[in-house]
Amino acid sequence: MKKTILALAAATALMSVGTAMAQEKTKACFIYVGPIGDFGWSYQHHQGVLEMQKEIGEDKVEIAYLESVPEGADAERAIERFARSGCDIVFTTSFGYMDATNKVAGRFPDVKFEHATGYKREHPNVSTYNSKFHEGRYVQGVIAASMSEVGTAGYIASFPIPEVVMGIDAFVLGAQSVNPDFKVKVVWANTWFDPGKEADAAKALIDQGVDIITQHTDSTAPMQVAAERGIKAFGQASDMIEFGPETQLTSIVDDWGPYYIERVKAVMDGTWEQIDVWGGMGAGHVVMAPYANMPDDVKKLAEETEAKIASGEFDPFTGPINKQDGSVWLKEGEVAEEGVLLGLNFYVEGVDDQLPQ
Amino acid sequence: MRIELVKRPQQSALFAAISPFIAFAITLVAGAILFSLLGKAPLNGLYAYFVEPLTEVWSLHELAIKAAPLIMIGVGLSICFMSNNWNIGAEGQFVVGAIAGSILPVVFPDFQSPLVLPLMLLMGIAGGAAYAAIPALLKVRFNTNEILSSLMLVYVAQLFLDWLVRGPWRNPEGYNFPETRNFHASAVLPEVLPMSGRAHWGFVFAILAALILWFLVSRTLKGFEIRLLGQSPRAGRFAGFSSARMVFFAFLVAGGLAGLAGICEVSGAIGQLRPTISPGYGFAAIIVAFLGRLNPLGIIAAGLVLALSYLGGEAAQISIGVSDKTVRVFQGLLLFFVLACDTLIHYRVQIGKAPAVQPKAQSHEQPEAAHGHG
Repeated sequence: MKKTILALAAATALMSVGTAMAQEKTKACFIYVGPIGDFGWSYQHHQGVLEMQKEIGEDKVEIAYLESVPEGADAERAIERFARSGCDIVFTTSFGYMDATNKVAGRFPDVKFEHATGYKREHPNVSTYNSKFHEGRYVQGVIAASMSEVGTAGYIASFPIPEVVMGIDAFVLGAQSVNPDFKVKVVWANTWFDPGKEADAAKALIDQGVDIITQHTDSTAPMQVAAERGIKAFGQASDMIEFGPETQLTSIVDDWGPYYIERVKAVMDGTWEQIDVWGGMGAGHVVMAPYANMPDDVKKLAEETEAKIASGEFDPFTGPINKQDGSVWLKEGEVAEEGVLLGLNFYVEGVDDQLPQ
Repeated sequence: MRIELVKRPQQSALFAAISPFIAFAITLVAGAILFSLLGKAPLNGLYAYFVEPLTEVWSLHELAIKAAPLIMIGVGLSICFMSNNWNIGAEGQFVVGAIAGSILPVVFPDFQSPLVLPLMLLMGIAGGAAYAAIPALLKVRFNTNEILSSLMLVYVAQLFLDWLVRGPWRNPEGYNFPETRNFHASAVLPEVLPMSGRAHWGFVFAILAALILWFLVSRTLKGFEIRLLGQSPRAGRFAGFSSARMVFFAFLVAGGLAGLAGICEVSGAIGQLRPTISPGYGFAAIIVAFLGRLNPLGIIAAGLVLALSYLGGEAAQISIGVSDKTVRVFQGLLLFFVLACDTLIHYRVQIGKAPAVQPKAQSHEQPEAAHGHG
């Protein structure tokens, strides 16, 4: 009898320890706009999440995620479901979740929310984060101009939002630093992820005579088309070298791991505060995939450019820079303000395209 | 031994009543197998899918939000399909309704009064109906295939919306992002029970629309006309009904309801126009219309079931950790079994040796080919 009571007591004690531990486990939840198998944007977020879970430990942090959540009315429901299912922090990883994130955050003041690429922080429990991908695009421009024989690159763009326009401009500026006459042709795919459309865009650009392809869409299709046609290309969001071992020059790799580790830890320590982060190469948020398929001198130039940007010595948007129509945007030595960049809606000189307005 | 489907002389009332339940039972079994193969506890999976979304009040609200456009569009489409008008373009009519209804809050944001919302709803209906009138006119005047014309107009509408929100209607304070300004307070469709969740009046409109159309179809001469012209245009003509007017009637009703669904979704659930405002409600509603057997009351149930399958899918992703793809496969299984089991209403399964002779008396059951419009 005594033994039974002891055993029961021990079991109860163990059980309460169990629940205490379960409660201590922090729950981090993620909403992705695409499938985690896109090998681009959502894939890379998910890689960051897995890195975070590995770093902090599966016994301390629990993760949950929803893939392919449409932006709009469905997003609000998905975010609310997370907020109600015991998530301590919810990361919403696409621009279109902005209003939904803020609405739900207003109803759940105890849950932390982090919205990627947006600018609205209507409640103290909402932070925003983004990366300066244009820094990597400048380096790509430098490489493109060094490698191209015809002096024209093809650019597969998604939507004419500031981030994408910024990327095109930075790419052109980087290219012009090597070849002042360098031109860029742009095709708007009007999608973030559609392998068929992206492949068609790549074919159209190559048929127009470009010999370098770069993309601001998420699938590996443009890389594969470039490989078939035997020209060079840049990857997007993740290292796509497997899809073009002889084709990829480099790729802008979004490394969300360090940020996710930092923010989830902050929730665990109780030090989480609202922030607005726009980290670039210096912060380790933007990483260049290994430089490949290029001569050593180009590689050296790329590495030097990368180092200068990462150290803060050089900003891609440093004057003199003219707008597409030839009027002056930035004077000699003048650096673009972040506020202007975040709402950027014009091309710099050298872009062979009319910006959809 | 051979298994054969033999056409029944009459619809089986028994199977008409129980086939949804048979389908549901098979889905449960198939779902359990699917979840077990993935190494998940099957009961947990099924619970997450079918029960969890119904256990909380907020989730019921979400169910109503998701079901509202499906029901509203579905009942409108049932009029089209019953009268043999193949309107595949409800998605486009939804979008145009949303655009037309949004003119006031987006272009005239300073006009704020209690009149705004009713006007928006009327303009939404008018927009959707006007857009549906295009394939109707083409069909009546030029005998154009309405399946193609209505479907192609979907893409026109989507691209027009895309152009609007990136160009003239873009939010001046929105950092060039493709979206309109947020609707002001008097342009937002209010919540029905704001204390418990965010379901808006769109759901109430959807139920009202279903009830009105149910009455129309089953209790009035117009309903007889719709069904007669659908089953036999020739017989309809002998009865003095005009096929041309029926084409317009069906398209205008369906388009108007799709337009209303569009403006309700934008005004009630989203709060602004965006490049994409529908995850394919106009197409899903075609499934809903047939799941509900083109009966407006059945469509209410079908809309709720399909909405549940979306919510359940999310719940399953979160609580048992299956992927988004598994969830879609499961949703497909559900729809497949429901439609497959409906075969039992018209056919019986015969297991035997001799090939059965097809009885001849059934030819009148075949819908007459649609010839000689106008």
